[in-house]
Order: sequence, then structure tokens, then C-alpha cells
Amino acid sequence: MKLTLKIWRQKDAASKGQIVDYILDGVEGDMSFLEMLDILNEELVSKGEEPVEFDHDCREGICGTCSLQINGEPHGPDRLITTCQLHMRKFKDGDTIVIEPFRAKAFPVIKDLIVDRSAFDRIQQAGGYISVNTSGNTVDANAIPIRKEDADKAMDAATCIGCGACVAACKNASAMLFTSAKVSQFALLPQGQVEAAERVENMVRQMDLEGFGNCTNTGACEIECPKGISLENIARMNREYLSASIKG
Amino acid sequence: MSGLIKSSIARKVVMALSGLFLVIFLILHVTINFASVISPDFFNEASHFMGYNPLVQYLMQPILIIGVIVHFVMGFALELKNKQARGISYVKYNGGAAAPWVSRNMIYSGLAILAFLGLHFYDFWVHEMTYKYIEMNPENPTRYYAETVEKFAPFWRTIIYVISFVLLSLHLWHGFASSFQSMGVNNKYTPAIKSFTKIFAVVVPLAFVFIALYHHLNPITH
Amino acid sequence: MGILDSKIPSGPLADKWTKHKNEINLVNPANKRNIDVIVVGTGLAGGAAAATLAELGYNVKTFCYQDSPRRAHSIAAQGGINAAKNYQGDGDSFYRLFYDTIKGGDYRSREGNVYRLAEESANIIDQCVAQGVPFAREYGGLLDNRSFGGVLVSRTFYAKGQTGQQLLLGAYAAMNRQINRGKIQSYNRHEMMDLVLVDGKARGIIARDLVSGEIQRHSAHAVVLATGGYGNVFFLSTNAMGSNVMAAWRAHKKGAFFANPCYTQIHPTCIPVSGEHQSKLTLMSESLRNDGRIWVPKRMEDAVAIREGKLKPTQLAEEDRDYYLERRYPAFGNLVPRDVASRAAKERCDAGFGVNKTGEAVYLDFAAAIERYGREKALTSGLKDPSKETVTKLGEEVIEAKYGNLFQMYEKIVDENPYKTPMMIYPAVHYTMGGVWVDYNLQTTIPGCYCAGEANFSDHGANRLGASALMQGLADGYFVLPYTIGDYLADDIRTGAIPTDSPEFEAAENEVRSRLEKLMSGTGIHSVDYYHKKLGKIMWNKCGMSRNAKELEEAIKEIAELRKDFWENVKIPGAADSKNQELEKAGRVADFLELGELFAKDALHRNESCGGHFREEYQTEEGEALRDDKNFKYVAAWEYKGEPKDAVLHKEELVYENIELKTRSYK
Repeated sequence: MKLTLKIWRQKDAASKGQIVDYILDGVEGDMSFLEMLDILNEELVSKGEEPVEFDHDCREGICGTCSLQINGEPHGPDRLITTCQLHMRKFKDGDTIVIEPFRAKAFPVIKDLIVDRSAFDRIQQAGGYISVNTSGNTVDANAIPIRKEDADKAMDAATCIGCGACVAACKNASAMLFTSAKVSQFALLPQGQVEAAERVENMVRQMDLEGFGNCTNTGACEIECPKGISLENIARMNREYLSASIKG
Repeated sequence: MSGLIKSSIARKVVMALSGLFLVIFLILHVTINFASVISPDFFNEASHFMGYNPLVQYLMQPILIIGVIVHFVMGFALELKNKQARGISYVKYNGGAAAPWVSRNMIYSGLAILAFLGLHFYDFWVHEMTYKYIEMNPENPTRYYAETVEKFAPFWRTIIYVISFVLLSLHLWHGFASSFQSMGVNNKYTPAIKSFTKIFAVVVPLAFVFIALYHHLNPITH
Repeated sequence: MGILDSKIPSGPLADKWTKHKNEINLVNPANKRNIDVIVVGTGLAGGAAAATLAELGYNVKTFCYQDSPRRAHSIAAQGGINAAKNYQGDGDSFYRLFYDTIKGGDYRSREGNVYRLAEESANIIDQCVAQGVPFAREYGGLLDNRSFGGVLVSRTFYAKGQTGQQLLLGAYAAMNRQINRGKIQSYNRHEMMDLVLVDGKARGIIARDLVSGEIQRHSAHAVVLATGGYGNVFFLSTNAMGSNVMAAWRAHKKGAFFANPCYTQIHPTCIPVSGEHQSKLTLMSESLRNDGRIWVPKRMEDAVAIREGKLKPTQLAEEDRDYYLERRYPAFGNLVPRDVASRAAKERCDAGFGVNKTGEAVYLDFAAAIERYGREKALTSGLKDPSKETVTKLGEEVIEAKYGNLFQMYEKIVDENPYKTPMMIYPAVHYTMGGVWVDYNLQTTIPGCYCAGEANFSDHGANRLGASALMQGLADGYFVLPYTIGDYLADDIRTGAIPTDSPEFEAAENEVRSRLEKLMSGTGIHSVDYYHKKLGKIMWNKCGMSRNAKELEEAIKEIAELRKDFWENVKIPGAADSKNQELEKAGRVADFLELGELFAKDALHRNESCGGHFREEYQTEEGEALRDDKNFKYVAAWEYKGEPKDAVLHKEELVYENIELKTRSYK
């Protein structure tokens, strides 16, 4: 198939960017979206032009590196997948595809389609852990029985890959789904209870400092999340936060 | 505790609580108004009580006004911050793919309702204040029904009211259930809350619409 | 012994590690504050090591090319992590895990290391649970296990199909805690370009900030390499696109011996290649072999008809199917080790029984499991005489609960519903057992340079068992390296900070700069990927699942030529002093072009078949691997001497005191 690609090009963080049009022929349905971009880049390199830079690594939907706002949606039109798992069979001959970086003040563009998501790291550093030494002198794993239901819910929250699609999809560029996934994982486990109050307060404080927007419960994050992280986590974080604040 | 005042979550809770408070007021409002369709006398009594009971006048009324102000000022503040959080806007943003229109446009339905409140205040509240405190008219427990019906005589006013109630419906459609999520309630009752929200968001504005149309179509013939 | 001293402690196998820990030097807590350690790579081994080292009190700097430590490729491990916990009461023990690993590795790993790994395995699970890793649980609230290939017990702990992700996020969380304490400085989007040696000791690295292109000097008292494997030398592999050998190879060129490069694991259950555009391969967890049955058509005409799309696999009667693993290996069936399963698939496809367009795929069929689970579920739900549809529906639900995310992934990629039609799979490069040679302390042949995880030649011998990579990465990172490194650092408590303005740093930086300049000055017309793909083809065709002397010799020649062509004709647009992904790739491919040659040379010298290394000349009449313990029971460690072809071989003889060497049999 033949496609028109409208791609955001930006030299570096300081430069102003703009949309540049490319025509790409010979795209097959079995290609992944990123393989389609590989082909475009191969063409650009052979012409001596700078290829389009985009983040990607594992190409199997788990590392969370790939991003891209495709036709106005993070990770494109398909559901429960990342851009690297999006296949070109979702498009048809003659389509125009607009490809932009994830947009948020807290995610500044580094180059072309690459954004800096270190804000997420800083939120995690503020408290996304259980303060246990890694010495191996802990209790036996089965000494802490956990209800299967809680363990499963914690796991569901923990599957967040930190890609930032929630922020990109949200009309407010809010990072509540991301932050709440981590808060929830630990809030649901007995190991995480001890420092639950400090954790949620510190993580929310950092989230606010990074300049993300507020949650208005539109639910776009949940729909666009490649891992289907539930809005329940946001409610849980709100709960945790309120109880921590009131007790604190 | 200081975080509770400054944090994004706390602000959302303020929105939720003030919103829910206004919902409760709305129930009271629609109930009394509906009486005007069924029993003009009861409507007059109730209106008079609300208008002259000191508890209502000097405690509830200020609280209500504060509630409205808090709700829209906070709404503006959040909207402003949210707009800034995007930074550079998308060339193409398909928000409709993942979230319903109403949830994404609360600011517009809210603004329209605010504008309507201006008219509504002018129509009734300003009128009442003038009547009671400026012109110092004596109490007249039977005037309310006629005054109300008269207001709906002009076609333009009735239409504005009806349109505003539709926007109120849209605002409630998202806002009511959303306030529970903001306060951390998302559990097995959530589907029920959502269903109730939808019924509420339709029934209450519809009742208001009915009242407006009813009085427009049934003017008092002198 | 030669110049390689493995430093395995003396004494009985079970006491070696404890004894060693008691005897090695320690650094007192106050002195640890004066010691800097660089950790390159933040996967399971690197992330865990960085967290523990920082917690012990060392000042740690971590480096990763990804935008966050959380994205290291350990995250992609699906199936699980082994641990000799014996929670299932099925007779597991440290010894059994040790034995399985040595046997699975085809008797090409060190007894001492492997036993230590088995001992620490149990600790890992305790540690991870304490950190909040949400392992799968049973209804009673206790941990669940599944079984994996090559073993007869259930010892694999898992978190859905995302075990690697959860373990890595655990290590990342532990790192975050130390970053928050200021004990770790994490340099993300940075790539190690070279190792710096001062007075023969590893004292720092030259790194490139991948965003600004800035070349930086970082010094430390010791450098830990935990940079993963080199499977991407094949271009197509299940590794991440950025996975590379650069750090390990730079160290190799500075004096670290590279061991057993030819030991590569080809994973049997990957999604087959669909076309020329393919950029990477996707693994389907080995856990699928618990329930999936692998087959190809029995008759050639059926295979042809399927390839031409005239016949559907579901139309083929049971008696017309060849469940070749069950046929050849009745004891282990579909759960034979990876190398065995992969070769068997290749054998069938080479014989013409492949089932996709390219003829390079076999079926992994869940129909039997769906029916079995469906009946079971119907029975427990009190349904008498359930209809076939009900059974299928119930069975599919059970399968979905177990492997839902994998099935979904398959469907997204292949566009076929694996509940209704068998999956197609084919082997793909997955893991490299070879790597930087290390002693028992995980120290390379360069003093002060340590290597952990997949990057070292490690504990897996010639073949790794499923769910053992995560175990080794975390054991190295959490429990081994942070202690053994103290033995070395104890001498450095009075050294003080290492200056970065020494001639050694100057020289290393200049070398890096001139290499980048040389890459940028290529005048040719070919992109980096062009060369990488060409290299990959040579490697896959001549150094892949089966190898022979003639083709290996050809490969050595072809790779050397390709390398020359690359340096003359590679084309890299953009500039070196800014973000430049083509330049990043070029640096990595340049190293693969050297490693590939050493790989072939190693494969050529090893005149035997063992584990992942299968030489066509050395096989039994039934086509099984033929090991030569008399002549090749050693670790081949290569010393760099200029061109890869000039590398000098050093042998570390493997001593087996506790295990009797046998021909590996899974029949």
C-alpha cells in the first residue's frame, strides 16, 4: 500500500518543530508500524537525509520505550497494544497518517518523535518501592500469604510499562493512571502497608511538581493504556491519599 | 495535611464535594419547583418559607453561593492548569476515540450553566433581593406562583431555560458519577452509581424542562 | 590451569560458597563511603547489583542506553524464575537444581558456580516477595509454581507471562530507593564507549551522552559490566533492538577474555519470520510447551498442501500428524530442553515438513489441552454430559487464564486466532551462554572489572534451561557480586577518588573520539542496517542451529570482508555531537562485526556437539549431539590480539567431582 505520512520533525529540544510530509510506497500489512518507519528511514538514509528518530527497543510490547501519537491516539487506533505491536493491516492503501510525539509539558521533546519521560522515573524515585534491604535476609516467601484476589489485582496494576500513553491520551496530560498503578500495587500487598501513607503522599507530590495535569475522570487513559490498567487504581490512590492526608 | 490543600487530588475532591452539594441543592430545587405544576398553594408556601426563614436566608443561602463560587472558580483553575500541562498541542488529537464528549467538555457545559445562572439570578434572586431588601415590600406569601409563571411567558426565556437544562444534563451525566471516583469510590457499587447518574442526569433536567414548558404553555389568564 | 584461575573455593560442594563468604575480605561501612563503583547496564543483574552495592554504602553510578533503567531487556522474560524451594513437595532440592542445570548445560559449566546459583535461588524468591513482586498465588494465598523444559519438578515461580518485567521492576524499585537516598546516580540514555585501565586495573569508563553526543569520563574503583547478551549479532533475534555487545567487547579489547562465544541458545517457540522487512522476532514463552503439543504433518503431500493454503491444520486427522518430540523423546516429550526442541524443529522443516509459506514453521497445538481442561472444568462445575461446544468454551477459558496475554500477542502479530487454529512457531536466537570470562568472584581477567548476568559466560554451560536466566541475573546482582567485589575493593580503601584527568583517560577518550570520527567519515552508500542484516544472514546460515567446518571457515572470511566494507562504506547522516540513532547503531554493529568472527572461530575449533553448539560432523546415528569430553571438557576463553582471527585460546579445564558425566538423554 501507499501511504502519506505527516511526521513531526524537530532537530532538538531547543528548536521549533514542524510537520513534514512523506510518501511511502510498498508497505505490507504484515509489517509492524515501526518496521514501516524503518523502511522510511532506510529510504531517507539512502538519500543522505537524517532519518526520523523514534524511541523503540524490545518491539514486543513490554519495555514501554515506544511511544508515538498516531492519528491522534497514543499507540495508534488498535487497543491493548503498543506502537511496536501495531500492524499495518490496520491501515489501508492511500491513508494519511499523522505521527506526533507524546505531548505533555512534563515530556519535553528531545528530537523528532522522542520525548523525555524521566518525570516518570522521578515519581517512582519519590516512593515507588518498599524499603527493604536487598540482603536476602528476609522471611520465607510463603510466610506472607496473600489473598489470590489481592495478588492478582496487584499484578494487574504492576503490569504498567511506563510508556506514558495515559498522559498522551488524557486531555489534561495527567499522570494519575501511571502513578496510581504503582501506588495500588503496593497498597494491595501486606508488604506495602507499612509505608503506604508516606508513599502516596510523596509520589503525588512529585507528580504534581512535574507539571502533569489533573484527573477529570474522562477515562481516556484506561482505554488507550496498552496494558489495560484500570481506573479503579486512580480511585484507590485518591482513597489512599485522602486517608493519608487526614491521618497525617 | 498541607498537601491536602495544594495537591491535585485534594482539588479534585473539592470539585467533587462542591459538585455533590450542588446536586443535593438541585434535588431540593426541582422538588419545590415541581410543586408549582401540581399545587400552586404548596409552591407558594414552600417558596415563602425558603424566602423568609432566617436559617435558609442567612446560613443556607450563603453556603449555596459559596458552593457555586468554589465549584466554578476551582473548575477554572483546574482547567487552566490542565491546558498548560499539555504544552504544545497536538496537530491531530482524536480524544473522542477514548473518552465521551461530555467528559471532555465539562468546562463548556459548565460555562453555559454559569451564564444561565447569571440570567437565573437576575430573574429570581435579584428580583427577590430587590423586593425584600431594597423596595422593602411587605411579606406576601401568595405572590410566588404568579411571578414564576409570568417569567415563562416570553418564548425566548423559555428556550434559553430549556437549552440550559440540556447542558445541565450533560454536565451531570459525567460529573455526578465522576465525583465518586474523585473521592476514591470505585467498587462493586460503581456500576449502580453510574446507572443512577444517567437516570438522574436525565430525569432532573427533564423535570425542569417540563416545568418551564408547562408554565409557558399554561399562562395565567387574568 | 594456564593463566586462568577460576578461584573456586576448595572443600565440599555444598560448603564452598559459605566458606568463601566467610573468608573473603570485607570493606568496613565507613570506608565504603569512599569507594565508587560503576555499573553498566541496569537489567536484573546490573539493577540488582547497583541497588545492593548502594545499600551496602558504596557510591554507585549506573549507565544504561535506555531512557530508564526499567526498560532493560530483562523486562521481556516471560515464563518464570527457577528456585529450589520445594514448595510443591515434589522432591526438589539445591542438589537437584544444580544437577538439572549442569546436565541441561551439557556438562560445560562449573560445578561450584552452579551450586552457588542453586543455593541462592531460594533467597531470590524471598527477597522479591519482600520487595512486593506480585508472583502468582494459589487460592490458599501461597505461591504457585509451573514446570519448565528439561526438568522433572515444578520449581518455576511466575507472574503471569511477565515474570521478567516484575522482577526487573523490583530491582528498579530497589534502585529508586537508593537514587532517592543519593547513593546511586543514574545516567540514562548513556552508552559506555570504552573501559579505562589505570595501572592495569579497571578504573572507569568513557561514556557518550546519547542525547547531546557529549563524550564523558567517569572514574571508579571498580567497573561492573552487566550489559546482557550478544544475540543481536544474528540481526534477527528475540533481543531488544538496542541490545549490544559494545561494553563487553570494549572490555575484551582491553584484556578481558571472552569465553565460549559460540554457545548460543536458539529458542524453539518463537513466531516465525514473515518477510524481509522483519526487524525482530517475538518469543512465545516456553511455558506454552506445558500444554501445547508440537507437530508437523506426517505425509509430505499434506505439508505441501498446508503451505499452499489448500489444507487447514485442523482438517488433518490425528493419525496424520507427527508429534515428533513425543515420538523421539517419550520421557520428556514436548518439555525437552530448548536446544533439543529447536534442532528437532529444524530437522523436520529441513526434511520438508514445515507448515508456513517459507517452510520454516511447526505447529504448537492447544486443542488437546483445551479439551482436557474443558472436561476437567465441566466435571468440577458439576456438568454431566457437557456438549462439545461447552467443553471447548470452558477449556478455552482455562487456557486464557493461563496464557491469555501470550495468545493475544500472537493474534496481534500473526492475525490468526490461536484458540481455534494451532500456533505456528519456529526457533530463533534468544540467549547467549557465552560471554566475558569471569572467575568465581565474577571478576574478569582485568582486575577491578566485573561481569554479571547474561554478559558473563556464566553458569549455563552450553545450553541454558528455561527460567534460569532471571535466576542467574538476580543471584549475581543481589547476592554474589556485592560481596565478592568487597574482596577486591578492600585494597582500595586508601586510594581516594580516581582522577579523570590522567593520561589513561585522555588516551581512552581520544580513541573513542577518533573511532566516532572514522564511523562518521564513511563515504559509502549503505546504511548500518544493510550491514547488520548481511552479518545476520551469514551468522544464521553458517553459525546457526547447526554448523560445519566448511561453512564456519566461509563465515570467518565473509565476516572479515563485510567488516572491511563496513568501515569503508557505511553511511551515517547527521552529526556525532547530537542525538544520532544511526551512529549509535553503527558503533554496535561495528563490534558485532568483530564478535561474529570470533564466534565462528570458536565454533570451528570446538570439534564436538554440545548444548546449543551443534556440529554436523559430530552427531550420533539418530542425529543427537555427540559430545567429546576427552578433548573439549573446557571453557574456551579467547584473548584479544588485534584481529579476531588472531585471538589466542586459553583453556579452563572443567572439573566434575560431584557429577558423573553422561550422555544427555531425554528419551
